[in-house]
Amino acid sequence: MTTQIQRHTFSRSQRKALLNGLLFTSPWIIGFLAFRVYPFFASLYYSFTFYPILGRPKWIGLDNYINLFDDPRFLTSLYNTSYYALGAVPLATLVGIGLAMLLNSKVRGLSFFRTIYFLPSITPVVATAIVWLWMFDPINGVVNYLLDLVGIQGPGWMGSPQWSKPALILMSLWGVGGAVVIYLASLQDVPRELLEAAELDGARWGQKVWFVILPMISPVILFNVITGIIGAFQYFTEAFIMTGGTGSPADSTLMMSIYLYQSAFQYFKIGYASAQAWMLFLIVIAFTMVLFRVSGRLVYYGGK
Amino acid sequence: MTAPLDLMAAEPRLQHANAGAARNWQLLGTVSKYLLLIFFGAFFVLPWFWMISTSLKNAEELAVYPIIWIPDPIRWDNYLEAFRRAEFARFLGNTMLVAFPSVLGAVASNALVAYGFARIRWPGRDLFFGMLLATLILPGFVTFIPLYLIFKELNWINTYLPLVVPTFFGNPFFVFLLRQFFMSLPEELADAARVDGASELRIFSQIILPLSRPALAVVALFQFIASWNDYFGPLIYINDKALYTISLGIANMRASYGFSNFAWIMAATCMSVLPIILLFFFAQRTFIEGIALSGLKG
Repeated sequence: MTTQIQRHTFSRSQRKALLNGLLFTSPWIIGFLAFRVYPFFASLYYSFTFYPILGRPKWIGLDNYINLFDDPRFLTSLYNTSYYALGAVPLATLVGIGLAMLLNSKVRGLSFFRTIYFLPSITPVVATAIVWLWMFDPINGVVNYLLDLVGIQGPGWMGSPQWSKPALILMSLWGVGGAVVIYLASLQDVPRELLEAAELDGARWGQKVWFVILPMISPVILFNVITGIIGAFQYFTEAFIMTGGTGSPADSTLMMSIYLYQSAFQYFKIGYASAQAWMLFLIVIAFTMVLFRVSGRLVYYGGK
Repeated sequence: MTAPLDLMAAEPRLQHANAGAARNWQLLGTVSKYLLLIFFGAFFVLPWFWMISTSLKNAEELAVYPIIWIPDPIRWDNYLEAFRRAEFARFLGNTMLVAFPSVLGAVASNALVAYGFARIRWPGRDLFFGMLLATLILPGFVTFIPLYLIFKELNWINTYLPLVVPTFFGNPFFVFLLRQFFMSLPEELADAARVDGASELRIFSQIILPLSRPALAVVALFQFIASWNDYFGPLIYINDKALYTISLGIANMRASYGFSNFAWIMAATCMSVLPIILLFFFAQRTFIEGIALSGLKG
């Protein structure tokens, strides 16, 4: 507040602090301008142009955006991405919190289980995609073999338009370990006195979870859900590798990011691809804002 | 207020009538807890097991039903084949050429920037930091096309520069992480040095950095893994097969060789994961603390 008034009368030490501050943060400021701000506005500009990669951008107003909503492949990619995000993020949240609670309940072998759960989340995505592709093989894969053992005829997974997205969601659960570690750390921060007080009041396990534990870790849940949604809408690598970049079968794994990549690097339509990028951005922003709004009442920030 | 009263009312009842039932419930809870832990444990371990098992099979064993868990004989040759048929060694070397300078860039730039945000009070700092946080939710897909065009203009396509150079300009996530750490260090040492006339650069390099090794290790580790695992960057910037990184190389093997080659492709995949696993076991604490640190303050 006071900086406004003092702007013209910086003292010597303030000027020195400003200079130091700018110097230390200059790598980020330069990177921010060159790698964030410029590309951000450039892609906004391109999204209003017809821009074949070898030509020059030509202003066409809102045409790209209008065309997007007439483009069945774009609508398919929007549907597929939403399907994936709304499947994978709630599942990861539930399983992540559940496993963290299990690990937090004085179990033997905590670090053993934590390691097993965590390792997949730092595994190279390419490795994950190749292994799961092979696991999902309808005939020789281990998933359908195990289903067969319990008398279930397994589906075609990545070869079936109905089952390819559930396959990707199931596979995404393999990477939930990072979230487990975060939730576990926040569970360990829940003050013991609160839990003991609840126990003295005769609270049952479910009541403790619902009225004490979940409110106390709710900021962490919000953080994870938001980063999860942002990540899910940019979901690319697994689906891209498992389908050889096509989003097959029958476009059933064509994610927004994959179609955007195809528009830019296979069809060389820079303007159209930029409009897709901005649709992706607007969706992510909308989700983030809605989540912050809705969570206003649900999230408890008194934890510190 | 009423808590002690409730306790006294509840306790005797528990001891008489419900003691046996309560013990049974507790036992059931413990058993189901471990069953769940093991069930999910199996889910997380299965792909590893399948990966290793497949990497040791011969071509016929890949297509046998019911599946073979442990191949016989164990075919170590697949690992050599990965080197022979796919220039695996070259991919490894290329990935190092990207990862090491990136780690250097990330540690140096993020430490400087985080210090500027954490320990110097300057007008405009909070505004800039707010912008930095805002870029955390900016999807990379929004900016990648103009970035690609810039790097193309600079003739950087088919070099590692587009992958390495940006790491020297700070990363909002790492800045945030290091800033939290720097703010937790006591101010007194730096203040004393300031009174003695030390410059900020000196305080940074001689007081703050030596105290920050654990946090810098987290950044180095995360950047190494990010570079090692990156697929999208190499995919768009590297076309020349001789320059492929490990992720790009393996994805390319899987695209260009058929089903009967899956065993040695899986051997290559195993080897691509191994450094990450080793790194994890050497730096387990750093990992767990770093992950927890990154998620705790939203």
